[in-house]
Amino acid sequence: MIVAKRKPLDEIKEMLKPYNKILVLGCGSCVAVCMAGGEKEAGLLSTELQMAFEMDKTLPPSGGTPPGSAKQIDTITILRQCDREYIDEVKDKLVQYDAILSVACGVGVQFTAEVLNGEKVLLPGLNTTFLGATKEPGMWVERCLACGDCILDETGGVCPITMCSKSLMNGPCGGHEKGKCEVDRNRDCGWVLIYERLKKLGKLELIKDIKLPKNYGAVKRPDKIVHEAYQVVGKEEVKK
Amino acid sequence: MSKLGEALKSGKFVITSEVGPPKGINMTSCLDEAKHFGEKVAAINVTDIQSAVMRVGSLATCIKLKERGYEPIMQMVCRDRNRLSLQSELLNAAVFGIENILCLTGDHQTLGDHPQAKGVFDLDSVQLIATAKGLMEGKDLAGNKLDGIPTFFLGGVVSPGLDPVELQIIKLEKKVRAGARFIQTQSVFESDKFRQFIDKVHSMGINIPILAGIIILKSVGMAKFMNENVAGVFVPDNLIKEMKETKDKQAKAVEIAARIIREVKPYCQGVHIMPLGWGHLVPEIIKQAGLSLTPM
Ligand code: SF4
Ligand code: SF4
Repeated sequence: MIVAKRKPLDEIKEMLKPYNKILVLGCGSCVAVCMAGGEKEAGLLSTELQMAFEMDKTLPPSGGTPPGSAKQIDTITILRQCDREYIDEVKDKLVQYDAILSVACGVGVQFTAEVLNGEKVLLPGLNTTFLGATKEPGMWVERCLACGDCILDETGGVCPITMCSKSLMNGPCGGHEKGKCEVDRNRDCGWVLIYERLKKLGKLELIKDIKLPKNYGAVKRPDKIVHEAYQVVGKEEVKK
Repeated sequence: MSKLGEALKSGKFVITSEVGPPKGINMTSCLDEAKHFGEKVAAINVTDIQSAVMRVGSLATCIKLKERGYEPIMQMVCRDRNRLSLQSELLNAAVFGIENILCLTGDHQTLGDHPQAKGVFDLDSVQLIATAKGLMEGKDLAGNKLDGIPTFFLGGVVSPGLDPVELQIIKLEKKVRAGARFIQTQSVFESDKFRQFIDKVHSMGINIPILAGIIILKSVGMAKFMNENVAGVFVPDNLIKEMKETKDKQAKAVEIAARIIREVKPYCQGVHIMPLGWGHLVPEIIKQAGLSLTPM
């Protein structure tokens, strides 16, 4: 799933300053699982914002900052902001606000903005961080950089591109110590993980081959995939 | 073949040393340090943005050393350049007649003085060696022909003190297969462990000149710092005690370095002395280690 983290409240408040009628738009998929932008978090965030803006209103103006003005903050959560059908369902409501604070991942924010096509301001409430898995309740860990040319078969199912801080392909750097990475001594060295996994699998010979430089052109960012069943030659651009 | 290559081929015990380029363009102290040992070692490494701390590049410093008649070893790390720039820099080096290239991964950018920098790591050290070898064969990484073919004498590094040692040796073997002709090691303080490492390397059938890394131990603080922060380096208690008890730190530093060199000498083809600013001690270390002060 896509893992994200909510932006600090002050940063969000600053973004929302110019607007009075605000919608916090939640997303019920990845960011709901990682407890950053689902229905519950969207609701909590609007309450927090409401309180914060109320507090500002009662404070005397200091250092040239005017007291906060009355703000209306509502919440809607849809199943996915990366799917047009769910955005279309609430489009009529969305356009009634001055600004929409989307607490989806960066994809959701952009896609909602794309559907609204300049009719309304879309603001990001989260910092989208990585593709990951739930390691423990409340803990998410990065596992894939979406390189477009998966080599997990060669490395015992541990990704060197992601799990090694330097994306090394032919073995570790000289910086690991007691199995931990030089970048963060609390984090496992990806190459020690690969070694241990392959040893268990009895497939250590897999890392004895010299791996050629990775094809970083495998993904033509921003990339596009069209399913075969949907390719209309001559009309639709066909993904090669 | 480069002078370093010839020295290694002759079977002589080879000594290399090292300088670090400055932050800013005042080259005086860097070149002065080289002056202390430039004529007494076979070659001088020049670090490449060492520790990810921004400074003058390796190539410019290598050129300066060469102008003074010294034999430079240009270090190249994979952190800061993609494959276009790495290959171009290799050609740049060849244009200036610099043949010795030591390929390394490079410390992670977050550990340096520009932690917000974007790391590159487009190639790794094995791939960089293979790429340089390809240039020597007249082809770039994309298979395009070169007009004017460079000559290099390629090297790599290994860290004998790192666990799992098997993983170190697997990567070492790949470096040799990719085209490395010499290896310099992370600093060695325990000669017994070094000997065991070399035994393993030989038992895997790997045959390449290995130069043991010797860091000049300057103080107790430095020893403790390395034990806590430098992966694969361990300064044993007895050396720390010796440093603590001595009245003359420099004399002690020389004595310890010379002793380690004598101990590792039977197991390697040379040593790489890293003076870290104490370059003036290098000749005395060589002397006390019982080695010749005329490298070639
Ligand atoms: S190799 Fe790594 S980054 Fe690439 S697709 Fe596979 S898991 Fe993802
Ligand atoms: S310590 Fe391990 S994970 Fe970290 S950069 Fe080096 S090889 Fe990669």
